[in-house]
Amino acid sequence: MTTLTHLQRLESEGIHIMREVASEAERPVMLYSVGKDSAVMLHLAKKAFYPSPPPFPLLHVDTTWKFQDMYRLREKAARDAGMELIVHQNPEAIERGINPFDHGSLHTDIWKTEGLKQALDRHGFDAAFGGARRDEEKSRAKERIFSFRSSNHRWDPKNQRPELWRLYNARKANGESMRVFPLSNWTELDIWQYIHLEQIEIVPLYLSAPRPTVLRDGLILMVDDDRFRLREGEEISTRSIRFRTLGCYPLTGAVESEAKTLTAVIQEMLLTTTSERQGRAIDHDQTASMEKKKQEGYF
Amino acid sequence: MTTDVYKTDELIAKDIDAYLDKHQHKTMLRFLTCGSVDDGKSTLIGRLLYDSKMIFEDQLASLEADSKRVGTQGQEIDFALLVDGLSAEREQGITIDVAYRFFATDARKFIVADTPGHEQYTRNMVTGASTADLAVILIDARKGVLTQTRRHSYLSHLVGIRNLVLAVNKMDLVGYDQERFEGIVADYRAFAEQIGIGAFQAIPLSGLKGDNITEKSDVTPWYQGPTLLAYLETVELDQSRMIDRPFRMAVQWVNRPNLDFRGFSGQIASGRIKPGDPVRILPGSTASVVQRIVTMDGDLPEAQAGQSVTLTLADEIDCSRGQVIAAAEQPPDVADQFEATIVWMADEPMIPGRAYVMKLGSTQATVTVTSEKYCINVNTMAREPGKTLGLNGIAVCNIATNKAIAFEPYANSADLGGFILIDRLTNATVGAGMINFALRRSHNLPWQTIDVDREAHAAIKNQQPRLLWFTGLSGSGKTTIANLVEKKLHALGRHTFLLDGDNVRHGLNKDLGFTDADRVENIRRISEVARLMTDAGLIVLSAFISPFRGERQMIRQLFPAGEFIEVFVDAPLEVAESRDTKGLYEQARRGELKNFTGLDSAYEPPQAPEIRIDTTSLSAEEAAELIVNALT
Repeated sequence: MTTLTHLQRLESEGIHIMREVASEAERPVMLYSVGKDSAVMLHLAKKAFYPSPPPFPLLHVDTTWKFQDMYRLREKAARDAGMELIVHQNPEAIERGINPFDHGSLHTDIWKTEGLKQALDRHGFDAAFGGARRDEEKSRAKERIFSFRSSNHRWDPKNQRPELWRLYNARKANGESMRVFPLSNWTELDIWQYIHLEQIEIVPLYLSAPRPTVLRDGLILMVDDDRFRLREGEEISTRSIRFRTLGCYPLTGAVESEAKTLTAVIQEMLLTTTSERQGRAIDHDQTASMEKKKQEGYF
Repeated sequence: MTTDVYKTDELIAKDIDAYLDKHQHKTMLRFLTCGSVDDGKSTLIGRLLYDSKMIFEDQLASLEADSKRVGTQGQEIDFALLVDGLSAEREQGITIDVAYRFFATDARKFIVADTPGHEQYTRNMVTGASTADLAVILIDARKGVLTQTRRHSYLSHLVGIRNLVLAVNKMDLVGYDQERFEGIVADYRAFAEQIGIGAFQAIPLSGLKGDNITEKSDVTPWYQGPTLLAYLETVELDQSRMIDRPFRMAVQWVNRPNLDFRGFSGQIASGRIKPGDPVRILPGSTASVVQRIVTMDGDLPEAQAGQSVTLTLADEIDCSRGQVIAAAEQPPDVADQFEATIVWMADEPMIPGRAYVMKLGSTQATVTVTSEKYCINVNTMAREPGKTLGLNGIAVCNIATNKAIAFEPYANSADLGGFILIDRLTNATVGAGMINFALRRSHNLPWQTIDVDREAHAAIKNQQPRLLWFTGLSGSGKTTIANLVEKKLHALGRHTFLLDGDNVRHGLNKDLGFTDADRVENIRRISEVARLMTDAGLIVLSAFISPFRGERQMIRQLFPAGEFIEVFVDAPLEVAESRDTKGLYEQARRGELKNFTGLDSAYEPPQAPEIRIDTTSLSAEEAAELIVNALT
């Protein structure tokens, strides 16, 4: 036998992390956003506990504004994995009609950040897996794999637990919780490579197809349903597009592309010259916005 | 200077499948960089990212703008800005933390643990080093080997990093002088040999100018060795070393989907395994044979160190989380006392005698430091005496766990020899340790076999020895009740002894004060004395606040089952405070007494005491009666 490849090492590490959580947390849950990172995370969970189904439910913190393709894959993926799927929609956001057109960054705060906290509290989850990677963003580069949160879900970057070897300290008092990131050491390319290698099902939006689009504020937005409000002078036109990241459809920018297969997407990604999160409006809101959101309890 | 950005492999455009196939077989190297900002560490890492084409156009554009605005290199790109966080981030103090960075070349994927170099960040460096296969130690060519060079090398060596790169940086500022370089290497070699570092790779380079980073520099024709990147790409991984050791896997999780399947899941720490291999389960004495190596992709014919697998065994035997499945012919040792090197990571010092939670592999145990042999001065490597251990301190200690654990010396296996220490109250990770070897009590201090044993002592007194441990807040009535109990037992003809805290402090413990360390030692001595007395057949009563569950648990473990009787004298704080017989609460409320239990120091009530006295409903007399009845 030879030395393990980098993907084998990453896979093995992710599985080890998941088993630690399953053993030490009382009520773990996997945050499932239906994106490519979630897809990899779910795949690792299936591997970690095979032949048992993963011993925790999936939680989707829904905003009602995701792409239709995402809702379709969500149901199928949970069914295929034999896992319970919990969908949480913040009732306050429903009541107030919070939407990405009128409410800007409030949309993310209330649907996602608040919604997540509500869901974790309601079900008493004490450990939640998230698909975040350290290569995504500066403040993530310093986050632990087991990230401790106070009883009001706050992250204290100055007071993180040292994390040595493969030893994760999952001890906590009642009410406190852990966010656990099994993909911490993966890069975007690793994710794609692994999806390719393991033939993991992903949302078709990652692959290019002719889709109805609108150009707005420098982003190509997809008109996914009839709730999309056109501004004056905007016209819907068909473009061949795909997405590098997926979120709420009115906030997620697409790239023009002819990459219709996974390998073509990887090829394009490797040949591209801009970094991944450019298409996501949330990061451009304000400087160090991710770090602020994280302290408040966002993943 | 070239300003080409992310440049791609030609193969990507030509034949993506061939490229992916190549990429898929890359290995991964995790390395640590240490050195302070002045050594050019950030510049070096920025340069590696840049030269390995990991910088995208948008990142380069903001880097160029930032370089002109705040950079230190005039109109040229300041690579340090790529890795140094935002100023806001720096103010928040998380730049002193370990940051992980990623880059890849055609040969390998790299994870860089970027750690701060100052002495007060020893714990961060140890954290980053614990997962590294290699350490790059930066030296400023103008300054040579400094105290911090020695510290970084020592810490890297301590956590077992075998591959060291001595990166002699800023060669451009010493005119690429060969003699200077060789002088530094000679200095370093003398030091390295002294602390047991066998080999290292020294490379003359300039992070700023890019010399010998990815391409051989033509200004150092006298240097024949590899460039930094070439070395990182080709150095042998530690992983292969672990594959050649005997098989060990700590069981993380028992996989039981139904009655017909029972598998044991874990990540293989060392060696290899295949169906048919005989194994032993430790601690314990059971043996079996591996039946299958189960994965979702189908059963494996063989697995090796580093892989996460699920094993099934031929026999239906007990095996659970915390146990180790090991090669039957070469099992690891099992012990409950060790010599270990401990790195302390918390503001509150480590105190010998205090109980901590230890996590090693998948095992958790209660552990106490029984004695601190010496501290290590990380700057001089000198051994110094110490009683406690403060933040960033390193000490060699003897430790004792409350149960036997299967382990390996750290030098053989980080997975089964490295541990963390967790505070029982805050659950924070307060320390890390490495097992050097097991202490065999019998080797160090033989126990005398005594013909007239404890049973004989008890029999002649016609009683069962007991330790009645009264715990509760100050003013709860512990001593009053204990006194009454003793009187009643005495009247019944029992042989008793009341161990009074104040009296003990006049004699046996008169060298102890009231620091945390001394309080722990006070309780330890009292419990040892109580044990001697129960060995002599006595019923011992002792009344101490003893606020911590872990400490009481530690005392309990000294006694045979049933002999330790925890009596929880339960009085609500208001009630205890209203009694305040010694006026202590009043003093504490005025701030004259610090760490007063119940006020600014926690009391952890017993969860399952043998006897609980509700002092709000029972008089002292009734309480004593209840206790005596429970004993007889």
